[in-house]
Amino acid sequence: MITFVLIRLVRAVVTVLAVMTFAFVVLRMSGDPAQVLLGPDLPQEAVDAFRKEWGLDAPLWQQYLSYFRAILSGDFGLSMRDRSPAIELVLDRVPATLQLTLPALLLKLGIGIPAGIYAALHRDSAVDRGVIFLAILGFTIPSFVMGLVLVLIFAVTLHWLPSGGIGTWQHALLPAITMSIGGIGILARFSRSAMIEVMGQPYIRTASAKGVRWQDVVRGHALPNAAVPIVTIVGFMVGSVISGAVVVETIFSWPGIGRLLIVSVANRDLAVVQCILLIIAAVMVVSNLVVDLLYGWLDPRLRAQPAH
Amino acid sequence: MTNLVEIRDLKVAFDSVPVLHGIDLDVRPGEALGLVGESGCGKSVTWLAALGLLPSKASVSGRVTLGDTDLTGAPRTQLEQVRGGRIAMIFQDPSSALNPVLKVGRQLCEALKLHRGLTGKPAKQEALRLMDMVGIPDARGRFALYPHEFSGGQCQRLMIAMALAGEPDLLIADEPTTALDATIQAQILDLLVRLRAEMNMATVFISHDLGAVAQVCERVCVMYAGRIVEQGAVGQLFDRPRHPYTRGLFDALPRLDGPRVALTPIQGTVPDPRKLPAGCAFAPRCTHARDFCHGERPDLLAQRDGRHLACAYPLPEAPAAREDVHAPREGVHP
Repeated sequence: MITFVLIRLVRAVVTVLAVMTFAFVVLRMSGDPAQVLLGPDLPQEAVDAFRKEWGLDAPLWQQYLSYFRAILSGDFGLSMRDRSPAIELVLDRVPATLQLTLPALLLKLGIGIPAGIYAALHRDSAVDRGVIFLAILGFTIPSFVMGLVLVLIFAVTLHWLPSGGIGTWQHALLPAITMSIGGIGILARFSRSAMIEVMGQPYIRTASAKGVRWQDVVRGHALPNAAVPIVTIVGFMVGSVISGAVVVETIFSWPGIGRLLIVSVANRDLAVVQCILLIIAAVMVVSNLVVDLLYGWLDPRLRAQPAH
Repeated sequence: MTNLVEIRDLKVAFDSVPVLHGIDLDVRPGEALGLVGESGCGKSVTWLAALGLLPSKASVSGRVTLGDTDLTGAPRTQLEQVRGGRIAMIFQDPSSALNPVLKVGRQLCEALKLHRGLTGKPAKQEALRLMDMVGIPDARGRFALYPHEFSGGQCQRLMIAMALAGEPDLLIADEPTTALDATIQAQILDLLVRLRAEMNMATVFISHDLGAVAQVCERVCVMYAGRIVEQGAVGQLFDRPRHPYTRGLFDALPRLDGPRVALTPIQGTVPDPRKLPAGCAFAPRCTHARDFCHGERPDLLAQRDGRHLACAYPLPEAPAAREDVHAPREGVHP
């Protein structure tokens, strides 16, 4: 068990390092912040001074080393736009993003999983077909289309809800729903197929043949087995609570991390982009780690296996 | 003697394709009945249907009575009382028949709670006793293990222990040894024979292994394409099979004694349930079939020697005259 956890921890660290390095290199190869921030008409001396000030004149490997050293001491650098610490800028935006992503996550879990399980248990019924149809609709319509349609209906036509901005809980409603619809569809489909697969297994027949009440067969025998594939998807969704809001925040002008990322990429605000990517990677890696550990808890067969 | 279970005209269809064409079968208290036939002939379906364990797309008609209880159309709660309580069932692949994420002790105790109201310590005591009884070594130490930590044979022993938990009147063993090694097969068969004697419970032994059936059973039903084609005492059927299909099953078996002879397989395959022949379902594969067999289906009729037979041109009663094609036409339905 300890080796299992250790190996996964090492893998997690390596993943974060890889993302860090990749982000660093790609950002520096793909455009010059001085050009973007200062405009194309500035004299060469000003550009040189800017580059020297931010250390952009040094060779890439030197820049990377000093960046790496700074990260280890907890220094994520300064924003090139307003010279405030990048980490503060980013953390300031986290609550706003979580205000959307956490309710959306609850909606995905609370609607998607029960709908999928219900459909599986009533296979080929009208409800089952309805769930499949809505689920496919849900995850095939892109969120920018879904968001605009919802705005058109509930904000522009009915005037029930605001079309954008942050403030009351009503402001969060449309973006959170927009964000959850795809996930509800995916989870419904996944839970349905996981449950159908499990309900066809011999041990379910054994439980029924033993005289276990049908409800208890579903709850006590089928669900614990169906949980493994469902947890995989849920883990992925939890991992994207920080990063999943880029499109929706932009549509609903929501001042979260997603919007900060878009603006910072456009401005080549290196420290801020790197900081955001690092946090996204860390959250994703941690949630994957939790999923891995959950597997072992859910399925005793996986505990015995050595980690690959 | 009144029958423990009576099955009358049991029919099953999947997506309106009939797979069971009216089975009549009795199980007497304490007897061991074998159900023999190739895969897909309806052996397992008969009992899954009787216990209401078939998926909802299966349509079932006919009557199954257990003592005074009519199981067909019985409410779910009543069936749940019968399952595991009065009729228990064990299955072919023991490793996948146990829930992989639940400890075996818990799975055993669940059955004890359902049918004998035992919980907590008494349940554990009884579960350990059952594990001992079916021959799981170190039951106490292995009570909290998961199914994957047991071998296939031990999983089948656990399945048997679970089936015994409700002290059933009838144990349905659905190909219990098919997935196991030969030596383990013998052990499980011995166990079934011993437990049946100890607990005085009837056993229905579903198998395509004639040797196993001979070891465990007193009476045998041979099934083909959803019908019983021959039925009788084990000695009777094994010494003198009269249905050409039963005969064919024996000819396809290697012999341990006597000279080495080439095996005679039954030609062809089991017919597709969607395209059953008009007459006897076995006629296309039968070396004794005549025109009559292709047009008319013989009913299962009682014979002089007590067996039941569904064949227009059965093999003669005396084994020596096996090649005689002018056998008396017994069992013909006019």
